Amino acid sequence: MSNLPAHARTVVIGCGIVGNSVAYHLCRLGWRDVVLLDKGPLPNPGGSTGHASNFIYLVDHSKEMTALTVESVNQYKEMGVFTQSGGIEVARTKERMQELARRMSSAAAWGIEPVSLITPAQVKELVPFIDESIILGGFYTPGVGVVDSLRAGTIMRERAQASGALQVVAKTEVVAIDVEHGRVRCVRTTAGEIEAETVVITCGVWSPRVARMAGARIPLTPAVHQMIDVGPVPRFADAKGDIEVPIVRDMDTNMYERQAGGDLEIGSYAHRPILYDPEDIPPIEKAALSPTEFPFTQPDFELQMQHALELMPEIVGDEKVGVKYAINGILSLTPDGMPVLGESPDVRGLWSAAAVWVKEGPGTGKALAEWMIHGESEIDLHSSDIARFHEHQRTRAHVRARAAEGFNKTYGIVHPSEQWASNRNVRLAPFHERERELGAMFFEAAGWERPMWYESNAPLLEEFGDRVTRRAAEWESRWWSPIINAEHLAMRERAGIFDLSAFTIFDIQGPGALGAVQQVTLRQMDVPAGRNVYTPVLSHNGGFKSDLTVMRLGDEHFRVVTGGASGMSDKKWFADHLPADGSAQLFDLTAAMTTVGLWGPRARDILMAATSDDVSNDGFNFGACRTIDIDTVRVLASRISYVGDLGWELYVSIDQGMKLWDMLWEAGRPFGLAACGIGVYGTTGRLEKCYRAHGNELETEYNVVEAGMQAPRVKAEEFVGKEAHLRHREEEPAAVLCTLTVDDHRSKSGEKRYMLGREPILSRDGAAITDRRGRRSYVTSAGAGPSVGKHILMSYLPPEQAVLGTKLAVQYLGERYPVTVAVVGSTPLFDPENTRIRS
Amino acid sequence: MRILVAVKRVPFTGGKMVLAADSRSLETRHLGFTISPHEECGVEEAVRLIEASGGESVVLTLGPPEAIEQLRDAMALGVDRAIHLQTDGAEWDPEGTAAALLDAIRADEETYGPFDLIFFGNESADSGGYQVGLRVARALGRPAVTGLKGVKVEGASVRCEQEADGGRDVYVVPMPAVLTVKEGLNLPRYPSVPGRMRAGRKPVATSSPLRPESRLQLVDLVVPGGPGRQTKLLGSGPAAAPAVVDMLRDIGLV
Repeated sequence: MSNLPAHARTVVIGCGIVGNSVAYHLCRLGWRDVVLLDKGPLPNPGGSTGHASNFIYLVDHSKEMTALTVESVNQYKEMGVFTQSGGIEVARTKERMQELARRMSSAAAWGIEPVSLITPAQVKELVPFIDESIILGGFYTPGVGVVDSLRAGTIMRERAQASGALQVVAKTEVVAIDVEHGRVRCVRTTAGEIEAETVVITCGVWSPRVARMAGARIPLTPAVHQMIDVGPVPRFADAKGDIEVPIVRDMDTNMYERQAGGDLEIGSYAHRPILYDPEDIPPIEKAALSPTEFPFTQPDFELQMQHALELMPEIVGDEKVGVKYAINGILSLTPDGMPVLGESPDVRGLWSAAAVWVKEGPGTGKALAEWMIHGESEIDLHSSDIARFHEHQRTRAHVRARAAEGFNKTYGIVHPSEQWASNRNVRLAPFHERERELGAMFFEAAGWERPMWYESNAPLLEEFGDRVTRRAAEWESRWWSPIINAEHLAMRERAGIFDLSAFTIFDIQGPGALGAVQQVTLRQMDVPAGRNVYTPVLSHNGGFKSDLTVMRLGDEHFRVVTGGASGMSDKKWFADHLPADGSAQLFDLTAAMTTVGLWGPRARDILMAATSDDVSNDGFNFGACRTIDIDTVRVLASRISYVGDLGWELYVSIDQGMKLWDMLWEAGRPFGLAACGIGVYGTTGRLEKCYRAHGNELETEYNVVEAGMQAPRVKAEEFVGKEAHLRHREEEPAAVLCTLTVDDHRSKSGEKRYMLGREPILSRDGAAITDRRGRRSYVTSAGAGPSVGKHILMSYLPPEQAVLGTKLAVQYLGERYPVTVAVVGSTPLFDPENTRIRS
Repeated sequence: MRILVAVKRVPFTGGKMVLAADSRSLETRHLGFTISPHEECGVEEAVRLIEASGGESVVLTLGPPEAIEQLRDAMALGVDRAIHLQTDGAEWDPEGTAAALLDAIRADEETYGPFDLIFFGNESADSGGYQVGLRVARALGRPAVTGLKGVKVEGASVRCEQEADGGRDVYVVPMPAVLTVKEGLNLPRYPSVPGRMRAGRKPVATSSPLRPESRLQLVDLVVPGGPGRQTKLLGSGPAAAPAVVDMLRDIGLV
C-alpha cells in the first residue's frame, strides 16, 4: 500500500499539534507537495498532544513565549476550538505575592489585558470550591482558556489537504533519513521512500531519535509530569461544557487544577524529575494507554494530594469523588526551557520544531513556516533557535541535568539573573585561577564561568563611599553586589581588566571573504586591513539579527567577534551565507583564543608599560587593530570599547592567556588597575554610553532607524536586509529608542527600589504607551550608571513621547516610579563627545 | 464480620504483551501493574460488606516488594490492613502460593479469629491457574464456591450466584466460606483522595516466606497467534449511525 509520493517539497514528520500546524502554514503560505507523516494513527497518534491538559495561560515573563502564545490563541479562536475560562495564579506566600506583581508588569509590558491582582475573597467568588483561607491573593487573567488541540490539529490538516497542497500518511514510520553533502535528501519509511528538499521534525519526545537518523542532534529529553482526574464532582454534575470555572495554578506547590467536564483534573510539576530517553518510549502497540502516558507512580504524588486537598477540600476531600485516571504524562524538556526551532546546524534542509507545548503550537507552526519560506519569522525567535546551543549544551548529560533542575521551577519564582547550579565549571578562561584568587563571583554565560564582580574589590566600596549606590530591597539585591558599581568607578578613574573569554570568535578567509562578510553586515567591510568595524547584522526584514565586530586582518582575512549568547546562531548565519563556490571558509577560533579587556583613562599607560610597540593615540588610533607583543606574548590588540572608555580588546591564544593576564596585572599595579566583572562590562559601562545589546534593544522586531543606529549613508554593496533598511530610512519610525533616568526611587514605604528590566513604561498616570505598530513600551535594559549618578533605563517610545524631558513612569513590583527621557537616540549620557574612547 | 481478600500484582493489560529474551517471562519495561481484575471485584465486595455490617477487612498478597502498591490500592478503597508476603519477584506455582497464603491466614485467624469470608479471584490475569482459592479452601476445610457473579450475606450463610447457561446457579453455604469471584460481580469504586491518603498510614505486616521446592517447572511462554485485535470500519459521518445502532443491539447494550 504505497500512496506515498516519490518526491516532496517538504516532509513533516510527526502529526501532533506542531506538525499539523507547520504543515498547514507551509501550505497556507504557498508551498505545495507537502507530505505529513506519523507512525501512529489519526487523529491521535499517541504523542504528548493526545493527553495534554490543553489550557493556555497568556502571561509569561518571556516576550518570545508570550508572543507565540498570543498568536496561537488567535489561531485557536479562529478555528473555533478555544473556550475562555479565565485563569488564576494563586499565592500562598508573600514571596509569591511579589512575583504576582511581576506578572502584572510582564502583562503590561507585552500588552496582555485585562489582568488584575485579586483578593482571596475575589478568588473565592470566581472559584467557589477553593479554600481562600490558605491563599494571600491571585493574579487573574480572564483571557485564559482551554482548547481542543486534537480538533485544532485535524482542522489545520484538513484545510491544507482540501487545498490539494498537503498529503497526509498515517501509520507510516520513518526508518531512515538520507543526507548527502551535508544536505537532507530522502526520507525512508515503512511504506517507501520520499525524496525531499526539506524535512521538518515535529516528533515531540521522539525528535532526538528521528534527528539522529539524519546525523543531527535535537537537545531535549522526555520527562514526566503527573496528572490525575477525580470525579464525578457533584458541583460539576450539571456542567454543559468542558470548563465553566477559571483554571487555578497553585504556584507555590507547582500544581494546577482545572475542571474537565464533570471531573477535576489535577496536575503537578512538583515531583522529583523523572527523565527518560526517546528509546524508553514504547511504540503504540505496546502501550497500555498511549506511548506518552506512562503508569502512574503513586509515591510521587503523595505530597501533591495533600496540597490539592488543602486548596480544594470541597472536591478533593469528598469521599465519593474518586481518582478515575492517573498518569505519568510524558512531555519534552530542554536545557534552558525554550523550544528548539529552526534549521539544524548539523544538516542543511533539516528543520526542527520540538519541545513546543499546546499553548504555543499553532503560533510556532506559523513562525517556522515563515522562517522556512521567507527566511525569517514575524516573531523574533532568537531564544528558541536550535542553532543557539554550544556543543556542550547538546550533550545528553547537560540536557538531563538542566532539564531536571528546571523542571521544579516550572511555576517557580525565577530571578532574572538567577544562575544554574548544575553542570557548572565547564568552560574556564585560562586565567580562571587568578579570578578565583581574587574572589570572583562567577556567573555562567554560554558555559563559560565569568566573574560578575570580585569580592576582593570590597575595599573599593569604602574608597568611593557615597558614589556607590547600594540596594536595600531583597529582590534587586539578589545576584548583585554594590561592588559592581565600585568596580565601575575604579575603571572610570583608573583602569579595569576584564575577562571576555566568552566571546565567540571565527575567521572568514579566502578570496571570497570580503564578499562573504559584506553580504551579512550593514556597515562597509571593505576597509583597510588593521581596522575594526562594529556592525549590525540585519534580518531579511531589516530588523536586528545580531550585532558584532568584524576586524579586517588582511585582504582575504576577516575576524568576527560576537557575544557568547548569540555566538552559535551568528556562526550559522555567516556559514549559511558563505559563497557557494567555496571561495570563503569559516574557522571557529572560540576555543583557540581568549580575550582580555583593558579600559580606563590609565589603560594606555598600563599597556605602554607592558609593550614596546607604539600604542600612542597617533600610533594606534580608535578603530585600529594590530598585532603587538607584550613581552613574549603576541597579541591581537583592537581599540574598541563596549564600556565606552579608552582601551583595547586584547586577543591572545588560549595557551598564553594566563601569562597575558599576569603581565597586564603586574603592569597595572602602579596605576591602580582593578579587576572588573561583567557587571561593569555588560551593564553599567554600556548603559552610561547608551550602547545597545542584542536580545535587549536589538531584536528583529525593531529596525535600525528606530534603534537610532543608521549611518549617514548605506553601502552600495548588496546585503541581507538592504531593501528593507532603505525603506525604513524613508519612513517615519514608529518608535525611537530612548534612554531614561529614574527621578525618584522611593516606594510607598520609603524604600529605594531599582528596576531590573522588562518593566512597562507608562504615562505618569499609568496609561500604557503603544506605538502605531501596536508595540508596548517597556524597559529593554536597566542598570546603574555610577559615573552619571543615575539608574538608567532604555526603552522604545513612540515619537510623541520620544522627546527630551518627557515625564513618564515605570511600573516595578506593583508601584509606579517617575522617569524622565534623558536621551533620544544614541547620544551617550556619559562623555557624549566620546572624548575618552578616542583619546 | 471479618473478611480477607487475596490479591495478586499483575501487569495492566492494554498494550501488546512482549516476552523477555529468555521467553520465560514478560518484558516489563513499558508495563504498568494492577490488582488482577477479578480480585478488584473481590476487594470491592469485601469493603461493601464491612461498610454494611461493621467489622474488619484484610488484604493479603504474595508478591515482590512492589506489590505494596496493590495493597495500598486495596486499602485506599477501604480495606483496613494488609499482609505482605514478600517474594523476590519470581513466579510461585499455585501449590506453593496456596501454602504460603494458608500459613498467613492461619496465623491471622489464630490471633484475631476466623474470617467469615475469604475472597479470591477466580483466576489471575497472568498465570490463570484457577486453583489457589480451591486449594486454600480445602486445606481449611471450608466450603468453596467459584466463578461468582453474585454474593449476598444472609444471616450466618452466604448466597452465591454462578453464571450458567441460560441463568444462574445459586448456592447457599454456611460461613466461614471461601469464594472465588469474577469481574461483573460489582463495579469497583475509584479510590478517593482521602482514601488514598489514609491508605498510606494503614498497617502492613510484612514477612518473607521461604519458597518451597516446586513440583512444576515453567518451560516456555508463547504468545499465541490469531487474529489479534481487529478494527471494523462501520462507516463515517452521520451515515454510519444505522450501523452503529445495529452493533449496539448485537452486543446487547440497546
